[in-house]
Amino acid sequence: MNALIARLVAKRLGIMLISLLIVAFAVFFATELLPGDVAQILLGQSATPEAVAGLRKAMHLDQPAFLRFLYWLGGLMTGDLGRSYANNREVADLIAGRLANSLELAFVTTLFSVPIALTLGITAAMFRGSTYDRLVSVFTVSVISIPEFMVATLAVLVFAVYLKWLPALSVANDVHGLGELLRIYAMPVITLSFVVSAQMIRMTRAAVIDTLDTAYVEMALLKGASRRRIVLKHALPNALGPIVNAMALSLSYLLGGVIIVETIFNYPGVAKLMVDAVSTRDLPLIQSCAMIFCVSYLLLILIADLVAIMANPRLRNQ
Amino acid sequence: MGKIIEIRDLRVEAKTDSGRVVEIIKGVDLSVADGEIVALIGESGSGKTTIALTLLGHTRPGCAITGGEVVVAGRDTVTMSEAQKRALRGTEVAYVPQSAAAAFNPSKTIMDQVVEVAKIHHLMPLPEARKKAVELFKALALPEPETIGQRYPHQVSGGQLQRLSAAMALIGDPKVMVFDEPTTALDVTTQIEVLRAFKSVMRERGMAGIYVSHDLAVVAQIADRIVVLKGGEVQEVGTAETIINQPTHSYTKALIEAFHPKGRDPDARPESAEPQPILKVSGLTAGYGAVGSDGLPKFVILKDIDLELERGRSLGVIGESGSGKSTLARVIAGLLPAAKGSVAMDGVSLGQRTKDRSKEELRKLQIVFQLADTALNPNKPVGAIVARPLAFYHGMGGREREAEVDRLLDMVRLPKALRHRLPSELSGGQKQRINFARALAARPELILCDEITSALDTVVAAAILELLDELQRELGLTYMFISHDLSTVEAVCDRVAVMYRGEKVEEMPTSRMQSGAEHPYSKLLIASVPKLDTGWLDGLHQNPAISEGMNRA
Repeated sequence: MNALIARLVAKRLGIMLISLLIVAFAVFFATELLPGDVAQILLGQSATPEAVAGLRKAMHLDQPAFLRFLYWLGGLMTGDLGRSYANNREVADLIAGRLANSLELAFVTTLFSVPIALTLGITAAMFRGSTYDRLVSVFTVSVISIPEFMVATLAVLVFAVYLKWLPALSVANDVHGLGELLRIYAMPVITLSFVVSAQMIRMTRAAVIDTLDTAYVEMALLKGASRRRIVLKHALPNALGPIVNAMALSLSYLLGGVIIVETIFNYPGVAKLMVDAVSTRDLPLIQSCAMIFCVSYLLLILIADLVAIMANPRLRNQ
Repeated sequence: MGKIIEIRDLRVEAKTDSGRVVEIIKGVDLSVADGEIVALIGESGSGKTTIALTLLGHTRPGCAITGGEVVVAGRDTVTMSEAQKRALRGTEVAYVPQSAAAAFNPSKTIMDQVVEVAKIHHLMPLPEARKKAVELFKALALPEPETIGQRYPHQVSGGQLQRLSAAMALIGDPKVMVFDEPTTALDVTTQIEVLRAFKSVMRERGMAGIYVSHDLAVVAQIADRIVVLKGGEVQEVGTAETIINQPTHSYTKALIEAFHPKGRDPDARPESAEPQPILKVSGLTAGYGAVGSDGLPKFVILKDIDLELERGRSLGVIGESGSGKSTLARVIAGLLPAAKGSVAMDGVSLGQRTKDRSKEELRKLQIVFQLADTALNPNKPVGAIVARPLAFYHGMGGREREAEVDRLLDMVRLPKALRHRLPSELSGGQKQRINFARALAARPELILCDEITSALDTVVAAAILELLDELQRELGLTYMFISHDLSTVEAVCDRVAVMYRGEKVEEMPTSRMQSGAEHPYSKLLIASVPKLDTGWLDGLHQNPAISEGMNRA
């Protein structure tokens, strides 16, 4: 079992490296294609052509793009993420604080949305076809269809502007006590939970329904098992694989895809950092953010696969 | 003797997908005395499983009991509350499922599932339940009774799982056992062991039981009385002896007739001056998995097979599941490349894969698969399915093709009006006929039939076999007929080859099958086919072929 998992992990890490390389390459050249010039942007409209050329040379921007890509890659190998073009600070320093913020938000959202999604998905499957099930379905479909900026804006409008319960901006810097923390996180977490749990609810419901239709579930029923026991002991363990995979997909959104929420609530996370970096053509920063999103996505999928294997004795005992 | 089960005027309705409500059980009366085993027999759709499940107060989704009563041990399950039903299940009435392989939860150990009844109903402490389970494993003649419970379902064989499912049912000491076709999915040789285990346990404990089956010969071994069902109504009730020897109802007669297929008369067909071989398989070795340095695949399924098919004749290939029968058909059809050996048709060696074969070679050799359900495109009407090979092999189009489709449907004895239907709108037998018509459309010379009657009811299967025989005479077809059911092979084949663990152990004319088999495995296989005789199972221990074969296996 351990050998199997070790082999899988090694294989996945290998694939991860290749994916990262491809992503890095794609992002680098996509950024190259962006109009505008870093030196020009940094020096402003009134800069003399000589000053711009000088800065370009100083930043190695006059060298061919491919060479610069290799430099950057070489730096990455040695753990050097490079320096930001925009403010000449270490990219690692810039990201560190932001990443912590993002992870915090992702963590709180996960803690909040996963239990809710699981409960709704499982109960909807248990009472398939009932009014409750339909209500959950209608709810999830509408949440999927409503764009998150709409949810976020509405939340701000209702809770911050009219009711004045919560602050419109989520600045985590000056937090005193748990109550304040909750108040600050409430709106971004609710908005994000809306977005990520809809998919999880639907997938959980589908996976549990699939297993509820099997012969072994009917057998459990004919052994006199209660509905609760049938679902929790017989159906759920076999539905775990697909459920965890759906969760990994949804949760991976919490790092890279939260830009709208971060912008609306002015939350200092990585996604916002990346978008700011794009506007200043800050290549090293963009690259590093892209790498982080990619790694987090691949790691989540890997964890999901490992859980699926552990849940299946057929795979576990290979 | 008291009655443990009394079903009176039971009516069950089912709602179809289109919302139509159909009565599937139309007023059935039935009773089972203490210690008696009653068999419910009938084709699929006759309602036998539905009736059996009402004993546990259960109906499948979409079905509902609309009338009558089902009294088990003095209490009516129809009027019970959910909680009462739950209390009844596993303790008063226990269920042995059709496919134990599907009825065991793949993610839990066998022991956990066997003792679950004791746990749910708080019958006894867990260690005691485990001890009892081991006792049951012993009583059911399971290997390694002490440790088999620690395994997961995929780690034991089908026959063992079926006996384990009986242990799972017996753990709560039920008053009534419901067996739902428990041996249908098993090989004949395994079926004997399972039947024997069931019978001795039931007899020892003096339990009453309902045994659902479509196989009259199996039922004759285990049941005291037989109830024949058709279309949700009781056709005939009688002791096993009377039903088998003096059936009165026409459907029962048809069932029994289907059991004795008309044997082949080899003289009835024109004897060609010299039998011409159409297909020659020599030294065939094949398998699955990565090919190793010795040129052999990782899992070798077929070992050094030699076969010869004569034109216009039929060769039966028999053997238990996993013996390599279907793999042989796949290799001959070019769906799986051989590791060694060759397949030659009319003296010309065929390519390894279908893409290496000419269209003409493909046309001459057609394959018909076991499950018409999965072999027919569910989204295409029947006419289009049959027309496809006409366009592909013969370039037919327009009116000519339409006329040919009609002719083919006529050939497999189906009305032309069916051509506009989708496969899902046909019965199992009709689907298999379409499956066969599609092969005929190519105008083949050789047809590989892979278990084509296994999924069909006895009476329906008999009709298909008759059709095959007629078409062979009309069109001079050659069949390779793969089956695990010896009586069907006996009905359509001239010669029969016995496969065992990937090897052809014996080949003989079908007429010599009962008496002339020499290999111990062939003898065991042939002796294992249940006979329409209530004393067959009990008389088996005197049969040397069985005891010798079992010891070998």
